Amino acid sequence: MKILVPVKRVVDYNVKIRVKPDQTGVDLANVKMSMNPFCEIAVEEAVRLQEAGTATEIIVVSVGPTQAQETIRTALAMGADRGILVKTDDDLEPLGIAKVLKAVVEAESPDLVILGKQAIDGDNNQTGQMLSALLGWSQGTFASELGLDGDKVNVTREIDGGLQSVKLSMPAIITTDLRLNEPRYASLPNIMKAKKKPIDEKELAEYGVDAAPRLEIVKVAEPAEREAGVKVETVGELVDKLKNEAGVL
Amino acid sequence: MNTLLIAEHNNETLADATVKAATAAAQMGGECHVLVAGSGCAAVADAAAKLDGVAKVLLADDAQYAKQLAEPMAALVVSLADGYATIASPASTNGKNFMPRIAALLDCSQISDITAVIDANTFERPIYAGNAIQTVKTTEAKKAVTIRSTAFQAAGDGGSAAVEAASAADNPGLSEFVNEELTKSDRPELTSAKIVVSGGRGMQSGDNFPMLEKVADKLGAAVGASRAAVDAGFVPNDYQVGQTGKVVAPELYIAVGISGAIQHLAGMKDSKVIVAINKDEEAPIFQVADYGLVADLFTAVPELEEELGKAGL
Repeated sequence: MKILVPVKRVVDYNVKIRVKPDQTGVDLANVKMSMNPFCEIAVEEAVRLQEAGTATEIIVVSVGPTQAQETIRTALAMGADRGILVKTDDDLEPLGIAKVLKAVVEAESPDLVILGKQAIDGDNNQTGQMLSALLGWSQGTFASELGLDGDKVNVTREIDGGLQSVKLSMPAIITTDLRLNEPRYASLPNIMKAKKKPIDEKELAEYGVDAAPRLEIVKVAEPAEREAGVKVETVGELVDKLKNEAGVL
Repeated sequence: MNTLLIAEHNNETLADATVKAATAAAQMGGECHVLVAGSGCAAVADAAAKLDGVAKVLLADDAQYAKQLAEPMAALVVSLADGYATIASPASTNGKNFMPRIAALLDCSQISDITAVIDANTFERPIYAGNAIQTVKTTEAKKAVTIRSTAFQAAGDGGSAAVEAASAADNPGLSEFVNEELTKSDRPELTSAKIVVSGGRGMQSGDNFPMLEKVADKLGAAVGASRAAVDAGFVPNDYQVGQTGKVVAPELYIAVGISGAIQHLAGMKDSKVIVAINKDEEAPIFQVADYGLVADLFTAVPELEEELGKAGL
């Protein structure tokens, strides 16, 4: 079974981002970049399926700038077999990315596509579902557990009220939630090995899809600041203030 | 051009998230129609028909919509999409699941998790875990929008829209519901509770959560948790408040043993009053708290329960 794992290079989750003074976006100059945490979970799940003898090949794909190579290398060091970089310096929207990924899926014919439920930069939570729609496949979003069952895949999903289990026809799209697994750190020998694994570089234009942005970003602003309040000394004082000052009890 | 708002419900009652999302949908221009898709959900349609600003309710009552699975839901909404400029839903896990599928089938963009409607085509939404607010505009003929319901007031219930039956669409047959494990609780639902009491890693164990529950019950509050507490297995996933969990904005949010990681703050910093109880006075949660108490939670929480009792709660 072949698994495709799309990954995204994003601002590292530990970085406190700054909005540009001209409000055109977020300042990404000299900021540490990493693989989106949900994508790491997706790579880990694919590697575990390979270790279990279920998956035979894991292909990692990223759509982004040349530097997204590093993100692909990270996935290769975790255990993926080969990479595809679709190069573009444009900031594609989820629908555009889904169209590119559809073309990659058609070229590679995977049985399963596992990807993160959302990227922590745009917080869109769209790409997997859109890819699933474009391919006419089933979708198992926000997965906390998955199990293969012949030509079906059982997915436990994190939903508002608790957990939901669904049975999906394959091929399927899976998007990962936090508790699907805990991604490994790549070992040094595996990082060295990953340097020799192939990454196929493509230009976005080669896929011939219309991925042009459709939305206009009018501005990006700082959120309203919340001022730190006061420290109280005792629980009694706290209850008194909540009751008589804030009026919320 | 009209807006089609897809209702969140459990086949019996209309979710509070829909009542709030209706306020946002009414600001998007044209008429607001509500689609209630479910199984045996006529009462939900009747409730939706009473919402202020709703001009019509479409009721698609069919077994295949009982759990609102993405594949049949998307097929249904696409079959109804003509004449609508906007397809909207609350940004619940259901909405997040089916809405991008609908958008891609209609070949239109989705604008996720909006917190303000500037005009029919322009919206505000948080990015980077709420550390930046993006204003985004579309010129497309159609668009999909998910609505962060906590950012909007509940719509009134003085309306009397007509309920029309909508035909079911062909089920793509790609997915099948197996079962669900829903957390049973007599407490209010997390995203609509007026008071939320949340515990973090500092709680040390799930066995200590009853201590918070006692306080919550005195206050009529919901109980939440940080990602750290959920990851550590103290409480189930649906307790999680944060960037990737639930977003809450109650009148009062009490954070107990929560350090205040960026991704947690993203889920609660729009609360009206925030209280932090933490023994680490350097914890970032104190930077957003209106009232901070530097104390060991294992003495402060029982004391809080007692003081609330004395205050007549």
